[in-house]
Amino acid sequence: MSESTEVRWTRKHLLGLEELSVDEISLVLDTALSFKEVSTRSVKKVPALRGRVMVNAFFEDSTRTRTSFALAAQRLSADILDFSEKTSSTSKGETLIDTARNIEAMGVDIIVLRHKAAGSAHLLARSVKCSVVNAGDGAHEHPTQGLLDLYTIRERFGRIEGLKVAIVGDVANSRVARSNIWALTKFGAKVFLVGPPTLLSKSFEQLGCNVVHSFDSIVGDMDVINMLRVQFERIQSSQFPSVREFTRMYGLTWDRFQRCKKDVFVMHPGPMNRGIEIQSDIADGPQSGILTQVTNGLAVRMAVLYLVSQVGGQS
Amino acid sequence: MTILIKNGTVIDPSRKLEKKLDVLIKDGKIASLVAPNASSGSADHVIDATDKFITPGLIDIHVHFREPGDEEEETIASGAAAAVAGGFTTVCCMPNTKPTLDNEAQIEFILRESQRVGLANVYPTGAITKGREGKELAEIGQMHERGAVGFTDDGVGVGDASVMRKALQYANMFDTVLMQHCEEPTLSKGAMHAGLVSTTLGMPAVPAEAEQLMIARDLLLNRTINCRYHVQHISTAWSVELIRRGKKDGQRVTAEVAPHHLLLTDECCRDFDTNFKMNPPLRTAADVAACIEGVKDGTIDLLATDHAPHLAEEKELEFQFAPNGIIGLECALALYIKALIEPGHIGWIRMIEMMTVKQAQIVKLKKGTLAEGADADVTIIDPNLKWKIDKESFVSRSRNCPFHGWEVTGRAVCTIVGGAVKWTLPA
Amino acid sequence: MQTRYDQADVRRLLDHWVDQVAAGFSTKEPLIVVGIRTRGETLAQRITPMLVDRGFEKITRGVLDITLYRDDLSEIGPRPMVRPTHIETDINSKPLLLVDDVLFTGRTVRAAMDALADFGRPSAIRLAALVDRGGRELPIQADFVSLVQKDVPMSHRVKVKLAETDGADEILIEPRNAG
Repeated sequence: MSESTEVRWTRKHLLGLEELSVDEISLVLDTALSFKEVSTRSVKKVPALRGRVMVNAFFEDSTRTRTSFALAAQRLSADILDFSEKTSSTSKGETLIDTARNIEAMGVDIIVLRHKAAGSAHLLARSVKCSVVNAGDGAHEHPTQGLLDLYTIRERFGRIEGLKVAIVGDVANSRVARSNIWALTKFGAKVFLVGPPTLLSKSFEQLGCNVVHSFDSIVGDMDVINMLRVQFERIQSSQFPSVREFTRMYGLTWDRFQRCKKDVFVMHPGPMNRGIEIQSDIADGPQSGILTQVTNGLAVRMAVLYLVSQVGGQS
Repeated sequence: MTILIKNGTVIDPSRKLEKKLDVLIKDGKIASLVAPNASSGSADHVIDATDKFITPGLIDIHVHFREPGDEEEETIASGAAAAVAGGFTTVCCMPNTKPTLDNEAQIEFILRESQRVGLANVYPTGAITKGREGKELAEIGQMHERGAVGFTDDGVGVGDASVMRKALQYANMFDTVLMQHCEEPTLSKGAMHAGLVSTTLGMPAVPAEAEQLMIARDLLLNRTINCRYHVQHISTAWSVELIRRGKKDGQRVTAEVAPHHLLLTDECCRDFDTNFKMNPPLRTAADVAACIEGVKDGTIDLLATDHAPHLAEEKELEFQFAPNGIIGLECALALYIKALIEPGHIGWIRMIEMMTVKQAQIVKLKKGTLAEGADADVTIIDPNLKWKIDKESFVSRSRNCPFHGWEVTGRAVCTIVGGAVKWTLPA
Repeated sequence: MQTRYDQADVRRLLDHWVDQVAAGFSTKEPLIVVGIRTRGETLAQRITPMLVDRGFEKITRGVLDITLYRDDLSEIGPRPMVRPTHIETDINSKPLLLVDDVLFTGRTVRAAMDALADFGRPSAIRLAALVDRGGRELPIQADFVSLVQKDVPMSHRVKVKLAETDGADEILIEPRNAG
């Protein structure tokens, strides 16, 4: 693993990967490596964030990301507040900023925010004095997911540069796709976005990606295939006709899998719709990195919480 | 009461006049324009306009004053005050108030309030459909009779083609103007322009076609009806082209453009700052260039701010939930100068024309001219005055302005309405 | 105050040091040698074969990064990189030797002991510090020291250089901003 010796983490917030440099991302990944070791001990805790308070402010449902952040905080000995608000803040009358300021007034060091509106983490960061970590803002970014995906690929292949990585599915509405695009292109991977034109616009080419509408045309060439979750709301808004058609054209079926490279690495941010975007035996098989992603997610989130907590004061 | 404005240069596009002349105002009307220092007799009030332009009072036919309903954002009074502070003597306010201006009592209210306040003249437009719901025609005839200067459902376009067709037919009877906020409703679920920036940000977005579709539809609907039709806040390159073709075709179509669509692009939205969120949204550099070209070749007839006040806490929301719009009356002139005059696209006569006589023609007001006997609505402009836009010093009740901090040149220094000085630039 | 110890000096100091360490443990019992990053680790690597030469048959080595256990973490400021800790064996009920280059305030050693507590319960923890420069802020002492230099002023630092990482063995006592 490369060492980034003189790079220091100076950001109070983690809002996205678009603005991070290669050095900064490397610093997070190298720090995550150390934290991965913590989870192998019998006492899976370090006192690094003792006395600090982290709030999980989740305005959108999510068990896995929320528990991942909660566990990461616990392993750093931080205290955790859980704030789950499934309905939109505006419908309850209190704005996001008001809610955040109320939470902050209770003495909080880090707010981890998941929200359905793009840019909500930026809005929060402008409005509070504590640190903000974006756990997913609408379709904009999910930086810790991008980081853990990058980490997982690097762990598997020893490098990122030159790898052919496919991201398949509902790209237009996916924050996971966007964060992955930033991470992968910065490190020199060749990114192939795969999906129907209604879920994948040509303008993604200007971000340095290949836009492909036929999964079959590239499936045999890929080193990594990252399957996105199918969101069924897209059928109602006519972005694709049916689940069956989607699986036929874009699912990682057993047939397609046979045509992949022998050592292809299959990933999925979860939760999976088994049998829809991915067959069960592929997801559970030896080529799958899905559970590793979860393990790495914990280490990456510990690294992120640790790093942002060092940067205090007004930004 | 007589006012003599001397030593200035008169720019009166209604008579193609750009000449050093003194202006004499008497009893609320323009008495005469005379050669410099030639006027005999003394005036009650003498204004020295050395190195300044004297123009017909500036007009803006597209502003939002939030009265009735959202008075904290702006009232007729505060809006009219903001208007004169920006050099405007006449403005037309939009009907998307609460309740909607869709009946004669509402029209009467605005006119009376404007009179009572006694600053800029505020003329109301009425809604095309009841409650702006796009279903049933509003009482256009009665509103017209009462003094509505035009009709629009601004905030939204009339989405149903059959309703719009009937509106064109019906309104034509009164020779009034139908103004359209062109936006196809089924394509308009978004918070910004659909392009590379929205793709990058993962923001729900509205394609340019949403605006173009309604323009094309209305031009086709209106070909045989030929009602006076005006496209509000034009923003895309193809919108300009459609208007150009419509005019070439001999149709009665006019168009306006706002300062932000001449100066800003969707790149400004990258920080999710809601001061850059408006409808129609900021577009690409190519669209901005096309709008400027449209101003140059006359496809676009006039400049209008779409002054849309919102309180800070209303704008301090997630980008896609924040209300659309920015204020504009108090900095518009300087911004038009920056966008059009400084780069050399058009000259002062053309710009003032777009801010005076062209506006008056569309709403059929006897304004926008310094001809003898005309209402003494006069704006004195210092074209060389350098200043910095400071939203905190605005007279408007709202502060949602993305141009805060901009260094600009050119400002109205005195605004006269009906022969009375309503505003002077503080020393 | 002597301010420079050259390669030959350092070799002598190391021999003396390892002799002390060897005398403090039974060669027949397992011994876990844990170096504190970064220089402590290099020293642990250096002395392990020297201990093997003196008859220790059951030595295992580990490395400890104490960044996450520092007691100044509540202070705001950039930190050195967090590097992994590797302690492979079960440390319960075995003697453990902590190795570091310079013993100064004692806070690093306190952090190291806190970290070790999360790994298990050695039968004994002993501290080998190559240099003791005084200035303790906590009640912590080394069991095995080779160079005692208690009159180093606060304005100076004690820098231990090792061939493996710095090209040559050397100990320098120099003003803090030198070099």
